[in-house]
Amino acid sequence: MKRNDMMNETFNLDHRGLLSPSTMENIKISFYKFTRNKFSIVGLLIVLISLFLAIFANKIVPYPSHITGYVDYSQASLAPCAEYWFGTDIHGRDVFSRVIYSFRGAMLMSIVVLGISVPVGVTFGLLAGYYNGTWIDTLIMRVTDIFLAIPALILALSIASIMEPSLMGSMIAVTAMWWTWYTRMVYGLATSISKEYFVKNAELIGASKFHILFKEILPSCLSPVVTKMALDVGWVILMGASLSFAGLGEQPPTPAFGTMINEGSKYMPEMWWITIFPAMAIAFVILGFNFFGDGIRDMMDRGRQ
Amino acid sequence: MVKFLVKRLILSVFVLFGISVLIFCLARIIPGDPARLALGERASDEAVAELREAMHLDAPIYEQYYYWLKDVLKGDFGLSLNTQRDVSLDVQQFLPATLELVIVAGIISIAMAFVFGLLSSKYKDSWIDGTIRVFSYIGISVPAFVWAILFLLFFGYVWDILPVFNRLSAGIPEPNRITGMYILDFCLQGNLRGALDALAHVFLPALALAVGHIFQEARILRSSLIDNMEKEFISVTTGYGIPKRKIMSSYLLKPSAISVTTVAGLDFANTLGNAFLVETIFNWPGISRYCLNAMMTKDLNAISAVVLIIGIIYMIVNIIVDIVIAALDPRVRLGD
Repeated sequence: MKRNDMMNETFNLDHRGLLSPSTMENIKISFYKFTRNKFSIVGLLIVLISLFLAIFANKIVPYPSHITGYVDYSQASLAPCAEYWFGTDIHGRDVFSRVIYSFRGAMLMSIVVLGISVPVGVTFGLLAGYYNGTWIDTLIMRVTDIFLAIPALILALSIASIMEPSLMGSMIAVTAMWWTWYTRMVYGLATSISKEYFVKNAELIGASKFHILFKEILPSCLSPVVTKMALDVGWVILMGASLSFAGLGEQPPTPAFGTMINEGSKYMPEMWWITIFPAMAIAFVILGFNFFGDGIRDMMDRGRQ
Repeated sequence: MVKFLVKRLILSVFVLFGISVLIFCLARIIPGDPARLALGERASDEAVAELREAMHLDAPIYEQYYYWLKDVLKGDFGLSLNTQRDVSLDVQQFLPATLELVIVAGIISIAMAFVFGLLSSKYKDSWIDGTIRVFSYIGISVPAFVWAILFLLFFGYVWDILPVFNRLSAGIPEPNRITGMYILDFCLQGNLRGALDALAHVFLPALALAVGHIFQEARILRSSLIDNMEKEFISVTTGYGIPKRKIMSSYLLKPSAISVTTVAGLDFANTLGNAFLVETIFNWPGISRYCLNAMMTKDLNAISAVVLIIGIIYMIVNIIVDIVIAALDPRVRLGD
């Protein structure tokens, strides 16, 4: 299989031994593979909607002032109606505006967390996998083992608890533990890839370690990393919501899914709308990124066509 | 088997050592004086200086760690800020409730996963299969703490058939403490009514922890059942004329259960983490609620103790998972 792959690359053939299609055709094939499953399209739509809401939150919410500590007790605790789609909370703030605005913190958090932890985790994984069997491997992987030996949420809560509770604090806490999964995954891939001939070739030619790690080994690890990133966005958002639910994330009055659910749960079941809508928003995002991630996996999967 | 256990235990000691370093670093990284933090704002400077001396805070960090570890190995985690008692006493009091909760949650998720997994593979592509598929999506996308709130409301206000607070009903006295896990203690003392009552009380929080995993594990069981059904060894056994029921129970289920066991082990970490939030919602007097309170007040001794203990629990679960997989899969030889 591997030898075939190499031969195919040399002769610009795909895995069936046919002449490789052009870039345009490649995009078409990827698009076809992605859209073959209808759920992936739903996922893509949800991802786009979430990004749109996060970027333009302050422009599109009907009551921009309600995302702060605004108080209007004459409008408090109203059930969903034409004026307030998701009702109002006990301070008279529009729940719809606050839910929409929460997308901003949630998406920001997942972008920052993954933006830092993925490069770090992947680099460590490449190093440990390439220097397999040396002290670098031992050091990196044993540290990873320690982090992975504590359940994720508990580690994140512990790290967040020693800082001042804030969105920043929860981002740092989740970033500090999230890299380990990428290290573990890339380690396994890099270990086997560094035994391949093309890596040995590069070594013989005298390529720099940087070139070998990032230009030779990394490209072969990319598709599982990208797939995991797409799936992870939802999980980071869930982690952030769990932290803010516990009171260790974004602090009121700035809206966040977790704090809204926590505050609203005190007024259930009479004022169900305060809790249910943010909960549905979390489910919407997680589900969307899961579908999207599955679509990306189908797209990256070279074996099945 | 013995060789495997010894090997795993030695490895576990190293990881536990690492966890203890990590926890210690976290507890010392915090800005401000740990002694001042432990005694509070109003403590006198002499008292703080005394505690600094006792905690060896003026020594270099590795020496501090040495003293800390020495105490921890003796089971002494220091005083808790919140309860003003020894943390080890608190742990003894609160740990069994959490163990009971997560064990029941684990049993519920595995048992239901098998039921639904078998159903959906038997009625593949029918409405049952479809419903389970939809529920698996709902299961992964709705967080455990939301399930907890929904259950609490539904059974607290709408349909009053299961108790939502406390570990026992009002009329039932606590069992004599043997393990601290009420269900087990009642059973050991032959009190069936008490055991059932304790089970009814633990059921809802446990279900809230389990519900996200049930359908996911069921889907995994379904796909490995369907994969294995097409394998040659099943055609051969069918060809021998072995009854279908027999094939199912002794040839098909065993290899299919391997992947579910692996996933269930990973899910257990999730259960332990989510217990922090679910226990708080249900007011369950366990160690997770205790630790979450400690986190809100920066009660470092309590946090260190609980995180270390949860690390140990998770480690034990992982060893059990490995043993179960070795029992299911004859190709796995433990200790090699």
